Amino acid sequence: MESENSILARLKNKIPQSVVEVSEFRGELTVVVKREHIVPVCAFLRDDPELSFDFLSDLTAVDRLGRKPRFDVVYHSYSISRNHRIRLKVGVDEDQSVESVTSVWSGANWFEREVFDMFGINFENHPDLKRILMPDDWEGHPLRKDFPLTREEVMFTHNKNRPPKIE
Amino acid sequence: MNTEAAAKIQKVGKNTVLINMGPQHPSTHGVLRVILELDGETVVKATPDIGFLHTGIEKTMENKTYAQVIPLTDRMDYVANLSNNLAYLLAVEKLLDIQAPPKAQVIRVLLTELTRINSHLVWVGSHAMDLGAQSMIMYAFREREKLLDLFELCSGQRMMTSYFRIGGLAQDIPEGFEAKVREIAETFPDRFDDYERLLTKNRIWLNRTVGVGKISTEDAIDLGVSGPILRASGMKWDIRKSNPYSGYEKFDFDIPTGENGDVYDRYLVRVEEMRQSIRIVKQALDGIPAGDYVARVPGVVLPPKEEVMSNIEALIFQFKLVVEGFTPPVGEVYHSIEGPKGEIGYYIVSDGSNKPYRVRVRPPCFANLSALPKMVEGRLLADVVAVIGSIDIVLGEIDR
Repeated sequence: MESENSILARLKNKIPQSVVEVSEFRGELTVVVKREHIVPVCAFLRDDPELSFDFLSDLTAVDRLGRKPRFDVVYHSYSISRNHRIRLKVGVDEDQSVESVTSVWSGANWFEREVFDMFGINFENHPDLKRILMPDDWEGHPLRKDFPLTREEVMFTHNKNRPPKIE
Repeated sequence: MNTEAAAKIQKVGKNTVLINMGPQHPSTHGVLRVILELDGETVVKATPDIGFLHTGIEKTMENKTYAQVIPLTDRMDYVANLSNNLAYLLAVEKLLDIQAPPKAQVIRVLLTELTRINSHLVWVGSHAMDLGAQSMIMYAFREREKLLDLFELCSGQRMMTSYFRIGGLAQDIPEGFEAKVREIAETFPDRFDDYERLLTKNRIWLNRTVGVGKISTEDAIDLGVSGPILRASGMKWDIRKSNPYSGYEKFDFDIPTGENGDVYDRYLVRVEEMRQSIRIVKQALDGIPAGDYVARVPGVVLPPKEEVMSNIEALIFQFKLVVEGFTPPVGEVYHSIEGPKGEIGYYIVSDGSNKPYRVRVRPPCFANLSALPKMVEGRLLADVVAVIGSIDIVLGEIDR
């Protein structure tokens, strides 16, 4: 994967202190970036003429319960003109927040709201950070690993007269 | 969002009024709610509110084995089921590092192109109905019925097909499949001509669509908009060409683009895409290779039924595979395909167990809908209906 190596070389050359770890699996490049450097890294990826990652395909998170930091925020970016992809990851702990990349790609707005809604990860400087899929008065963040799959007690004949108990 | 939250929406104008469009408005295609701030009939601010159809599909996927996830993918974009199947399966196959045999690949291409036509037919029918051309939906659904019959012939289901499986197809193509596809490929181009005769030069249609809901190429890319909307804005990007999957590189087809990025150009792009899909279908039909319909990877794909009935080892394999599933290597993959509405991507994280640790769906409509305020602000209320129709949203996919 020559093109991906050159992406990495440019990135490391420009901002060597931001890259924590690099891995490749099935031809896909994953770069773990320092949490506080995510916005400059994304801006560099977008603005560098050789890289020009102009399209944010996806932004999501993974809950690694039991690990420190607990969450990975995952960015999938694509360059339409150069036809290459990159995956950026940032480790975020429960009490930490990560800078919003809406200043780089406006499309991150709703994706970050969804991550906030589903994982409870806070994004700094987001223009409108609030729940997007769940109701506003919902408690908890459904895609966290410690959120139960079914919250309400299932009603059977032996408990049909009891009000449903919410765990 | 409840009523209190709606009240929190800050008005930007002085003599403006806030109204709700939806969630039960017929032109919002499901349960989309748009909070509109109007100055007279001009939209000052539009705030889409989604989540009414949220069913926690991503959470459910984490609790199913890899094969059990396939039916869930059908239920997101319920008018383009096979495209969703394919995107998920290609991601799983990438994770497992296996490939479907040539026959399965060609059938996958053929059926996903028919799915694209299916999705566009639903779109053209409902979009035209929204704008007052009531007869269109009857014609579009007449053709769609032919496609659903074909899907039923293959899989036994009209909509929730789950016909594609890990490593290939669920079963071999049925008898009479080719004749049926050929009939579709022969008759459909004439039908598309009929639609165009009804709409393309229709004065009312032009008044309602030309110059409405414009978005520039730069804005569309910045907002993550993909698919026909991006192409209507002039960007020639199609994942089938830029990163071919399932053997798309062997097919000859064009990518239609627009210039103005308005509702009318999106209509033209989609109609042309249907014609191009028919081109691909014809090529695929002429080149269905012989051979097996599924890659016989032991431990991942079910053994053939004859063996299960005659060989105890095959029976054990089948039992273990159905009950426990398989365990892919630890890793993470992202695979995206060009769905009818844009880039459908699946991001799968495997922890080496028989269930995916995390499945993330990149829904094209989600990003496309987030561009709605950009398209309607400053325009008339009636244009909102035209623009929502032109985005071609499916709320089942947006809310998941």
